[in-house]
Amino acid sequence: MTATTASAEPTRRDFLYIATATAGAAALAASVWPLVSQMNPDQSTIAAGAPIEVDLTPVAEGQVIKVFWRGKPIFIDHRTPKEIKEARDVDWHTLPDPQSDEARVKEGHDQWLILIGICTHLGCIPLAHQGDYDGWFCPCHGSQYDTAGRIRRGPAPANLALPPYAFLSDTKIRIG
Amino acid sequence: MSGTSKICALALAGALAVLGITAAGAEESEIPPRVEWSFAGPFGIYDEAQLQRGFKIYREVCQACHALSLLSFRNLADPGGPGFSPAQVKAIAAEYKITDGPNDQGEMFERPGRPADHFPSPYPNEQAGRAAHNGVLPPDLSVITKARGYERGFPWFVFDIFTQYQEEGPDYVVALLQGYENPPPGFSMPEGAQYNKYFPGHALQMPPILTDGQVEYTDGTPADVPHYAQDVTAFLQWAAEPHLVARKRVGLQVMIFLVVFAGLLYFTKKKVWSSVPGHA
Amino acid sequence: MNENAIYRPEQHAIYQPKNRSLKWLEVRLPILSLAHSSFVAYPTPRNLNYWWAFGAILSFLLGAQIVTGVVLAMHYTPHVDHAFNSVEHIMRDVNWGWLLRYAHAVGASMFFLAAYVHMFRGLYYGSYKDPREVLWILGVIILLLMIMTGFMGYVLPWGQMSFWAATVITNLFSAIPVFGESIVTWLWGGYSVGNPTLNRFYSLHYLLPFVILGVVVLHVWALHVSGQNNPAGVEPRSKQETVPFTPHATIKDLFLTVVFCILYAWFVFYLPNYLGHPDNNIPANPSVTPTHIVPEWYYLPFYAILRAVPNKLLGVLFLMASIVILAFVPWLDTSKVRSASYRPLYRQFFWVFAAVCVGLGWLGSKPAEGNYVLAARVLTAWYFIHFLIILPLLGLVERPKPLPASISEATLRKAPGAAVASGAAAPER
Repeated sequence: MTATTASAEPTRRDFLYIATATAGAAALAASVWPLVSQMNPDQSTIAAGAPIEVDLTPVAEGQVIKVFWRGKPIFIDHRTPKEIKEARDVDWHTLPDPQSDEARVKEGHDQWLILIGICTHLGCIPLAHQGDYDGWFCPCHGSQYDTAGRIRRGPAPANLALPPYAFLSDTKIRIG
Repeated sequence: MSGTSKICALALAGALAVLGITAAGAEESEIPPRVEWSFAGPFGIYDEAQLQRGFKIYREVCQACHALSLLSFRNLADPGGPGFSPAQVKAIAAEYKITDGPNDQGEMFERPGRPADHFPSPYPNEQAGRAAHNGVLPPDLSVITKARGYERGFPWFVFDIFTQYQEEGPDYVVALLQGYENPPPGFSMPEGAQYNKYFPGHALQMPPILTDGQVEYTDGTPADVPHYAQDVTAFLQWAAEPHLVARKRVGLQVMIFLVVFAGLLYFTKKKVWSSVPGHA
Repeated sequence: MNENAIYRPEQHAIYQPKNRSLKWLEVRLPILSLAHSSFVAYPTPRNLNYWWAFGAILSFLLGAQIVTGVVLAMHYTPHVDHAFNSVEHIMRDVNWGWLLRYAHAVGASMFFLAAYVHMFRGLYYGSYKDPREVLWILGVIILLLMIMTGFMGYVLPWGQMSFWAATVITNLFSAIPVFGESIVTWLWGGYSVGNPTLNRFYSLHYLLPFVILGVVVLHVWALHVSGQNNPAGVEPRSKQETVPFTPHATIKDLFLTVVFCILYAWFVFYLPNYLGHPDNNIPANPSVTPTHIVPEWYYLPFYAILRAVPNKLLGVLFLMASIVILAFVPWLDTSKVRSASYRPLYRQFFWVFAAVCVGLGWLGSKPAEGNYVLAARVLTAWYFIHFLIILPLLGLVERPKPLPASISEATLRKAPGAAVASGAAAPER
């Protein structure tokens, strides 16, 4: 800049420059937002992720079924009395991710264990009724879960997660 | 370039005048009359009540033959649309039978619709639709107001840029729905076709389907064909352009911002250039 | 032109970073001094008018097209069964999808509009003349690449116009004797336009913009070697006749880019379908041809030339020639004077030529029948006469107005009252 006219009113000139630069920055930020936002789940994906209802009648005692909700496998485990007992007999305070079995099922529906079937280590799907604790065994890195889906051994840091769900009746649940 | 702009204008006018002579005498279909739409212009928005009435007509009249496959039930509750509540949408969706499957036995089954479902087509496949209608498939109406229109011609298409007139599609659809006439003497009508003065070629396979009083209106709007035609067209325009309201609203904000920003830049530019001789 | 008298970019002081880590980088990769000499210190003739901003506008548009295009590609499905619906999915379900898609579609039109203005500016001010021939030819190459990219992009939504544009344009190659049919089959990857065609068009539509970007870099490089032309058409002879690119040209370009964005936004937000064709909202149907096949508006002049010629092979050749001929303009124009400001005859023929191009565009949108064909033939003839006869002849017969001795004199002539002591108050960085 030359010193002739510019320095005569420095505050007014500075204000103009700052206002212009601010507007430019605002324009940039506003244009970036749609570009970022478009990567989020679109409306059809969100709608497809609506709650699902599952009829429990066909699931026999000792059987585990897999349903999909939001693209995630959900395990529905109809536990035997032995499995429930195993889950409750252990001193849960000493477990890696301490949680009681009661806290992992809905009251009055102790036989139904509903889990998100994704290993909390790195996202593989554990196999049911395998491993040293009669629960789940993840074939990827050897994490072992018990009959309440709690982590007992291996690299996984946390218990298998519980999806949001509710019993609509004794034989019907809504997941989501 | 200022001195030469006159020559430019002259040359352009001359060229266009020459071409203008050649333009006469090609068009034949009648030009649809202009309709006052609530969604026209820079501040246009959809009229919720009109879209709801239009949806009713689609359901009770058009749906028997025309698919709306790009639309989902959930869209009926989207902002800027007909304004149904999520509960209403659920109820509407449940009235439709959706083919789903295959189930564990490997069979397809029917279940009530859910908001996430698309509107089901009235035909299992395209060929079935043709077979049911004399070999002509009734078009899917999802984007019909954008897929139809009429030639604006010079100079109107230039003015349209400034007036933002872009409702050729809706105007055409409204006109078509009411454009049935007796064919002029000597017009050879293909079998099963109807004479329509707005349809290119005039032989339209769709019969006049709307009659006064056919669909019940509960909000006091006259239940006659002109209103039916406008309402269902407004609904179809929304179906084709569901984000129109958001688009025009954001557009206004962007426009105001750009004008202010351009002004700021202009004065900044002046300031920067003030020291350069000849650029006061 | 006396080379020694021209003020050249290299004469600027070389940039030296002050910061230690920047110095470290500079020794290993002199990218900062390159950027500085290209976009900061680069001397710009101080008399450039607003028509010179279209280079910046085009850079902005290329960037905008690439960014919106990459983002759209995240949601688009290049398959004949899904392409149309995936575009509608973008328009309906993807967050801001309608904005991204309309910005990209309208952006293509804006790109061509700005490119045409940029080219006509070059033609008016003789920006293609010695020493800027390579710069100009690179521009013609960019235009060719733009035409290909735009065409393939138009095919992707797989509407009726997409499909039939693909069919008609690829069939142009069938005019080639002997090998024509095999070439067309090869282009299609089948015996008609189909899924393989759509897939390869998608791949190339993604690739070509980056090729354009590469040629743009060369274009800018060539520009920075020869320096910018200016409305007076005489080279700057001293530092006083130039201004540093930043902030002077930068702020001016930015201002014009934002003004251009007002036009762009007008179409995106208020007339997004104005520049498109209703038939492209009908899914592609290989069994029905639309009654009028029209290309996008920016191809209409070329399309009119194609249809004006009654012979298939000749039509295609004329179409090609109408673009390729631009590359020869530096040699077809025999005048020693660059700027049309000092060429009274050329100036008039320039505007006639511009009107001819507009007229061809209008005729391209009309059915190829009757008087339209006749008019298209007349204008096509004029298009080539302009380049092949008028340009060479004018240089010989025209008596140009006296040229200003310098840019300073040119600006003084224009505004006699303003800035008398022009040389003294030169800008400093």
